[in-house]
Amino acid sequence: MLTLRMKSSLECGWHIALLLLWSATPLWAVGPGGSTGQGTSIFSPASTPAKSIADVSVFVLVITGIIFLVVFALLLYSVVRFRGRATDGGREPAQVYGSMQIELAWTIIPILIVVVLFLATARVIHAVQDAPEPAGALDVIAIGHQYWWEFRYPKLGIVTANELHIPVSEPDHPTPTFLQLLSVDTDHSFWVPELAGKTDLIPNHPNRMWMDPQRTGVFMGQCAQYCGTQHAKMLLRVSVEGADDFGAWVHAQQKPAVEDAGVIAGRQVFERNACMNCHAVGGTPADGRFGPDLTHLMSRATIAAGAAENTHDNLRLWIQNPSAIKPGSLMPAMKLSDADLDAVVSYMETLH
Amino acid sequence: MSSNVITVPVGQTEARPWVDELHQWLTTVDHKRLGILYIVSALLFLVIGGVEALIIRIQLMHSHNNFVSPEVFNRMFTMHGTTMIFFVAMPVLFGFANYLVPLMIGARDMAFPRLNAFSFWLSFLGGLLLYFSFLGGSGLYGAGNAPDVGWWSYAPLGARAFSPGHSSDYWTLALLVSGFGSIGTAINIIATILCLRCPGMKLNRMPLLAWLNLVMAGMVLLAITPLSAAQIMLLIDRYLGGHFFDTQAGGSAVLWMHFFWIFGHPEVYILIIPCFAFMSEIIPVFSRKPIFGYPVMVAATVCIAFVSMSVWAHHMFTIGMNSYANSFFTLTTMAVGVPTGIKIFNWIGTMWGGRIQFKTAMLFSIAFLFQFLIAGLTGIMMACSPFDWQLSLSYFVVAHFHYVIVGGILFALFGAFYYWYPKMTGRMLSERLGQWHFWLFLIGFHLTFDVMHIPGILGMPRRIYTYEPGRGWDTLNLIVSIGAFIQAVAILVFVANLIVSYFKGAKAGNDPWDAWTLEWSVSSPPPAYNFATVPTVSSRRPLWDLKHPEDPDSRYE
Repeated sequence: MLTLRMKSSLECGWHIALLLLWSATPLWAVGPGGSTGQGTSIFSPASTPAKSIADVSVFVLVITGIIFLVVFALLLYSVVRFRGRATDGGREPAQVYGSMQIELAWTIIPILIVVVLFLATARVIHAVQDAPEPAGALDVIAIGHQYWWEFRYPKLGIVTANELHIPVSEPDHPTPTFLQLLSVDTDHSFWVPELAGKTDLIPNHPNRMWMDPQRTGVFMGQCAQYCGTQHAKMLLRVSVEGADDFGAWVHAQQKPAVEDAGVIAGRQVFERNACMNCHAVGGTPADGRFGPDLTHLMSRATIAAGAAENTHDNLRLWIQNPSAIKPGSLMPAMKLSDADLDAVVSYMETLH
Repeated sequence: MSSNVITVPVGQTEARPWVDELHQWLTTVDHKRLGILYIVSALLFLVIGGVEALIIRIQLMHSHNNFVSPEVFNRMFTMHGTTMIFFVAMPVLFGFANYLVPLMIGARDMAFPRLNAFSFWLSFLGGLLLYFSFLGGSGLYGAGNAPDVGWWSYAPLGARAFSPGHSSDYWTLALLVSGFGSIGTAINIIATILCLRCPGMKLNRMPLLAWLNLVMAGMVLLAITPLSAAQIMLLIDRYLGGHFFDTQAGGSAVLWMHFFWIFGHPEVYILIIPCFAFMSEIIPVFSRKPIFGYPVMVAATVCIAFVSMSVWAHHMFTIGMNSYANSFFTLTTMAVGVPTGIKIFNWIGTMWGGRIQFKTAMLFSIAFLFQFLIAGLTGIMMACSPFDWQLSLSYFVVAHFHYVIVGGILFALFGAFYYWYPKMTGRMLSERLGQWHFWLFLIGFHLTFDVMHIPGILGMPRRIYTYEPGRGWDTLNLIVSIGAFIQAVAILVFVANLIVSYFKGAKAGNDPWDAWTLEWSVSSPPPAYNFATVPTVSSRRPLWDLKHPEDPDSRYE
């Protein structure tokens, strides 16, 4: 991929070269330590749809780069060659009104280019959009909320939030993930650049997208369609895991919540306040649907849709005053006493 | 033609009390004064919209910045977009059309002078309504706020459930009211061009500026009407219990998108076609050659107008249209590049073999050609819908359309200002300040908008008030912000030039550029009713014929 990029950048003139050079930024931004899982370049695809897109994109970049070079050269030449000089003596140049042959030439050539670009594009549109769902595919329903993601695995009976776990797809044993995209409020857009192009989540308008990641790791993304105040912190991460790891994750998620007698006080705070109106904890009376499911909260690396690390201090701050982390978040500050706050945080921390 | 110059009686130039002068401006139906009112009001909004852009850029200078709250940031990008499109770009272009079209076709005014005044005041009132939202946005709730739903106000974000209070109502009403103004002006331009051309000015002898404004006005009629309809439907949803876009009650969010973009894409061409018109007047004069391929330029413009009516859903490649729809809109969008390319080639053909004079107006025109070329090519990239699934809604798109609107439209407009300011005021703009303005703005522009493509490729979505560190976006955003401030300085130089030159600029005379169209045959500024006797023309360049009786254009047409 990188060599292809470097080669095309040589052909495409400084402007396109600049774009491509910078598209490699994450590669040197992360340094010798290797992948930090922070890359979101559209030119480092890890999945078939993203790869098809990157390939056709490079093709289009090369064609447009060549057009740019030709037309820019013409423009530069005419500006330099035909600049007015003091020796002109105020005489007017030959008055030329046009030429049908030239007009025809620069009409027909662009039409041919458009035909080529269109055919190359149509192929990828069809390949990505009309791909049939194979038998081994994983089905996930992604539901957009202001400002977080709900993920439901209907065949596995799992509900989670913000951090999507999917299996890696081996070429000889493909296990792609097919997402059904829904929204309960405003428009959102699911965008993890290294895995696939973005597709919107629109209320009353179910959409579909798929990805078949070919390497494991955490892939970052975020909501791309403006959805309200905290659109910026509707972050998204996709953990791509090997079959064994994914199986273990599924197994853990399918269990009901851990019951720990040591945090009964916290659980009571949770269930006697409005917390349980919005949040569900599997195996308990709490079955709210407005907020993220907390059954396995501690299995997630972040809270508040990726806005903060899932640490004791952040959890406490988030429950005490969500606006401190994410102003405009729809979670209210519950105004708990310090004792209740500590108790409920302790309860949360048992939900592995 | 010299007999056409009206000598202004001494009495008319005496200073009047300022109240009289103000009254004259407020009640004027003169196309030239209304043109200037349009332009001045647009410049006012340009400064306001520019300040909003700077606030956005300060906030995005580095990750996790806290310069403004998310609420304020969201208002800023909503107001910036709405202001720049509806209250800067459209009015300033209408202003030039108003001022120039009658002069260039040898008419004494627009066809409907009072409709003209009405249209201007409607559009200005629309702008005031939009900005009143800062004070009265939440109505009874007390403190005001501006709309924060984005300049497309996608459903259902614009519904009452998600946008309570009145802030987005001001947005709706502002667009509705100014939309009626636009429709009035479009009717006026069409009627003027079709009915008031001077003797001898057949359609195929009209200056290209008149032709292109005719096409633009036709597009306004087709594009603004669905927008107005959609705004009325939105009001019905919000206050009369309608469910057009109310997804909670079975309405359709996608319907709003179609309504908005069937306005929104032709709108881009409504803005750029008058700029093509400026280029088609300025480039020939400073290349000292007639426009290359006049009939092809007209045909290409009409072709752009037609095709651009069928490309709107390329703004919607990510909403889950089926593969046939995506293919169709890919094809039409790529196809619109063909006539657009033809225009660029013809401008280069015009310069080819000429003797180019690098006045400030021409510098801006050459920069326009360069930047519009790039904007067109990034447009082709996004016409490729799979590429767009990645680039759409990212900073790449933001860079692309600013390349069109700033690199294209604004550069062309600056060219038009330097070219026609002498006609409008009787004074030349300072070339020295003009050079400063041009080079500062060019550097600022490229620093901002070249670099802005890259965070989009690196996965940075638009409309986010802050971003995470470690994505490789920080440095790039800092450079983009620095460029924005350089552009702001350039705009200050420009405004200073406008003001200083008004009082101290060199006298322009009738025809400072040795140009060929009718507006340069009358005094600067032109007298009321323009022409003492209506001129008669026998070619596309009547003043060329006059200056070169030995070799007039009329011999070849």
